[in-house]
Amino acid sequence: MTDKYRSWGFATASRQRAIVPRWAPEIEQFPKAQEQWGNHSRLAFGRGRSYGDSCLNSAGYLVDTSALSRFIHFDRETGNLSAEAGITLGQILDLVIPAGWFLPVSPGTRYATLGGAIANDVHGKNHHVDGTFGRFVSRLSVHRSNGQTVDCSPRSRSDLFNATIGGLGLTGVITRASLHLIPITSDQLAVRFDRFRGIDQFMSLSSGCHDSHQYSVAWLDCVSRGKNFARGVFMSANHLDERTTLDLTRTRKRIGIPFSLPSRILNKYTIGAFNSAYYLAHKPRHARTVCQHYKSFFYPLDAIGNWNRIYGTRGFHQYQFVVPPGAESVLETLLKKIVSSGAGSFLAVLKEFGTIKSPGLLSFPRPGLCLALDFADRGDATVQLIRALDLQVREAGGAAYPAKDRLMPAESFRAYFPRLNEFLPHVDPESSSDFWRRVSG
Amino acid sequence: MASVAIREAPTDAKTSVVIFGATSALAQATARQLAERGLRLHLVARNAEKLASVAADLSARGASINTTQADLDQIDQHDQLLDSIGGIEECWFFYGVLPDQQQCEIDWQATATALHTNFTSTASLLTRVANQLASRNRGLIVVVSSVAGDRGRGSNYVYGSAKGALALFCQGLRNRLAPHGVRVLTVKPGFIDTPMTAHVEKKPAALWATPERVANDMLKARDGRRDVLYTPWFWQPIMCVIRSIPERVFKGLSL
Ligand SMILES: Cc1cc2nc3c(=O)[nH]c(=O)nc-3n(C[C@H](O)[C@H](O)[C@H](O)COP(=O)(O)OP(=O)(O)OC[C@H]3O[C@@H](n4cnc5c(N)ncnc54)[C@H](O)[C@@H]3O)c2cc1C
Ligand SMILES: NC(=O)c1ccc[n+]([C@@H]2O[C@H](COP(=O)([O-])OP(=O)(O)OC[C@H]3O[C@@H](n4cnc5c(N)ncnc54)[C@H](OP(=O)(O)O)[C@@H]3O)[C@@H](O)[C@H]2O)c1
Repeated sequence: MTDKYRSWGFATASRQRAIVPRWAPEIEQFPKAQEQWGNHSRLAFGRGRSYGDSCLNSAGYLVDTSALSRFIHFDRETGNLSAEAGITLGQILDLVIPAGWFLPVSPGTRYATLGGAIANDVHGKNHHVDGTFGRFVSRLSVHRSNGQTVDCSPRSRSDLFNATIGGLGLTGVITRASLHLIPITSDQLAVRFDRFRGIDQFMSLSSGCHDSHQYSVAWLDCVSRGKNFARGVFMSANHLDERTTLDLTRTRKRIGIPFSLPSRILNKYTIGAFNSAYYLAHKPRHARTVCQHYKSFFYPLDAIGNWNRIYGTRGFHQYQFVVPPGAESVLETLLKKIVSSGAGSFLAVLKEFGTIKSPGLLSFPRPGLCLALDFADRGDATVQLIRALDLQVREAGGAAYPAKDRLMPAESFRAYFPRLNEFLPHVDPESSSDFWRRVSG
Repeated sequence: MASVAIREAPTDAKTSVVIFGATSALAQATARQLAERGLRLHLVARNAEKLASVAADLSARGASINTTQADLDQIDQHDQLLDSIGGIEECWFFYGVLPDQQQCEIDWQATATALHTNFTSTASLLTRVANQLASRNRGLIVVVSSVAGDRGRGSNYVYGSAKGALALFCQGLRNRLAPHGVRVLTVKPGFIDTPMTAHVEKKPAALWATPERVANDMLKARDGRRDVLYTPWFWQPIMCVIRSIPERVFKGLSL
C-alpha cells in the first residue's frame, strides 16, 4: 500500500495498492497480485491527472503504467506514431515537434499519458473542428484479465476499440497505441484575444471563428454580477506558419498565479480580484493578436507545478459539463447560481463543442456549450451546490465529464451516457474503479 | 546452446558506443541521452524481447542502433561477441544482479553466481576491451559499480564485495591505461528506483534517485574529467563518513 497514488483534485491521498510493470508482458503479474491481495479488481493508472475518483481503485489495485513509456515507432514522413501507453503527451511532443509534428488533440496538461488520453477520450481547444483524441487513434492493444492482449482498430475488433476509447480504463489495460499526428511548421501560435460580456457575445465570437481558427476557448468570470455578469476573454488561435502575418508579435506577459496559498486566503475577495485583474489585463478593449509558444497556449497551468495545491489543505472539486445547443439559457441560469453561491472559481473555462462524432461509446464531448470550473472543497455546501448543478444539467439533456468528477450519481451517469448498454459487455470482468462502483451501483 | 545471436551487423566501419546490459533501467535512461547527441549505439542484452523494445524506442528517437543478444555470464563467448561488435571507442557496463543475501549465506552456488555476473564476467569483458582501446590509444570505459562496494555490510556483502572488487579492478585499469589516453570512469550510485530494487521500500525518500537523475550525472561526468563519480552527489560525503568509522565500531552496528 502506498500513498503515492492520488487524483488531481484530492488533497489527501487514499491508500492504493499498485503493481509497477517495467515491461508490457509484466502486466501479467496480475495473478501474482491477486494471490497477494486476494481476489481484487485492477485499474490502469496513468499520471493521476484526472480530478475525481475515476483513476483510483481503493477496493482493488492499480497498474501503474509510468514505466511503460517507450516509443515503438515514429515515421517522420507520415506522422504516424506508436508508443507504450504510459508515455506522457509531453514526452511525445518533445520528440515530434522538432520533426514538424504536433498532437492532433491536446488537453490542458502535458502530463496526461497516452493511455489516459484514450481512456477519457480527451478533448482540446480544437473540438469544434477536429473532435476528440480517440478519432486520431489508429490502433491499440488492450490487456484483458484473462491474460490475453487484444489488438484492435476501427477495422478489426472495432467493438472493443470503440468501448476502449473513453472507456475509463474499464475494458482492460491499454498497453500500446498508434496515433496520427498533425503537421506544423512552427512551435508558436497566433492567438487572438477578444473580451466579451454575456453568453450571447461569447456565442457570436465562437461561431464567428469556426472556419477561421483551429483553436478556440474562453476564460469566464464566475464571480462578478450585474453589468459584469458572464464577462470573459475569448481566445482563438492557429499554428503559426509562413503565411501568418501579425500586427504585433510581442509575447503577452502572462498572469502568474500565486503558488501554494493557505486555504483561508482563497475567498470571494481574492478570487474576485484575480478575475478582475485577468479581465483588465486584456486591455486594450479591441481585439489583438499575439504570438504565443505552444506550451503557454496549451498548458498554462503546467507552468505552475502542483497548482492544485493552491486550494490548500482541503483540496477541491472540479465540475465540467456540457449543455446541448439551444440550452444556452440553462448555462446562464447555472452560472447565476454559481455566482450567487459565492463559491466562485479561479479558473472557469468555456468552450463550444462541435458536432464531429467520436468512435467512443462513453465519450463525453458532444455538441453544445461546455463549462469547466473549480470549487474549493468547503465540505457539504460544495457538495450540495454541485449536486444541484448536476440535477439541472441532467434536466437540460446535458452531461458531466467523468474525468473531473467524484460525485456523479448512477442515475446521472446512465442519463449522460445513452450507449452504456453497448459498452457493458466489454467491461473487463476483473476491472473496476472507485468511480465505476459508484455509477454502476 | 549458442548464446550469442547477431541481430544486425554494423553496416559501416564507424565506431559505436557499446552498452552492456542495455535493458537495465539505468542503461535505458542513459542511452536516451547518448542517442540525443547523435551517437551510434550498439546495445547488448540477454533478453531478446526487451532488447527489441529498447532498440525500437531509441530508433524512434532518431538514433542509429545495432543490437546483439548475449548472456554476458558466458565468458567463453566474449571474444566472439566483441568480434561481432567491431571497433569500440566507448563502452558502458550496466549489467548486474542484486542477489538475495540470506540465500547466499546458506548457498555457495548463489554467491558464486552473483560474484560471477557482477565481477568475473565484467572483468573478462574489461580485459578484452581494454586491450582493444589501448592499442588504439584512445577511448572511454564507464563502469557502474555501487556505493555498496565502499564498505562490507552484513546485510549485503556478497553484492558489495563484487562491486568493491569491480571498483578496484577499474582503479588498476585506469592507472594502466592512463598513459594510453584511455579513460576509465567508475560510477558509484546510491539507491536508484529500478527493477533491481523493486522489492525495497523507498525510504527515506530523499535518498532515492530516479534513473534519469543518475543518467544526467553520468553524462556530465562523461563530458568532464572525473575518474570516480558518486551519484547523486550527497553519497560522496555519506560514504566518506561511513568509510571512516573504525572497524571495531562498525562491526557492532546493524547495517
Ligand atoms: C490542468 C489540467 C487540464 C486538463 N485539461 C483537459 C482538457 O482540456 N480536456 C480533457 O479532456 N481533459 C483535461 N484534463 C483531464 C486529463 O486530460 C484527463 O483526466 C486524462 O485522462 C489524464 O490522464 P492520466 O494519464 O493522468 O490518467 P489518469 O488520471 O491516471 O487516469 C484517467 C483514466 O484513464 C484510465 N487509464 C489511464 N491509463 C490507462 C491505460 N494505459 N489503459 C487503460 N486505461 C487507462 C484510468 O483507469 C482512468 O480511468 C485536464 C487535467 C488537468 C490536470
Ligand atoms: N538500483 C540501484 O539502487 C543501484 C544502485 C547502485 C548500483 N546499481 C547498479 O546499476 C546497474 C544497473 O542496474 P539497474 O538498477 O538499472 O537494475 P536493472 O534494471 O535490474 O538492470 C540490471 C540489468 O542487468 C542485466 N543482466 C543481469 N545479468 C545479466 C547477464 N548475465 N547478461 C546480460 N545482462 C544481464 C539484466 O538483464 P534482464 O533485463 O534480462 O534481467 C538487467 O537489464 C547494475 O550494475 C546495478 O548493480 C544499481
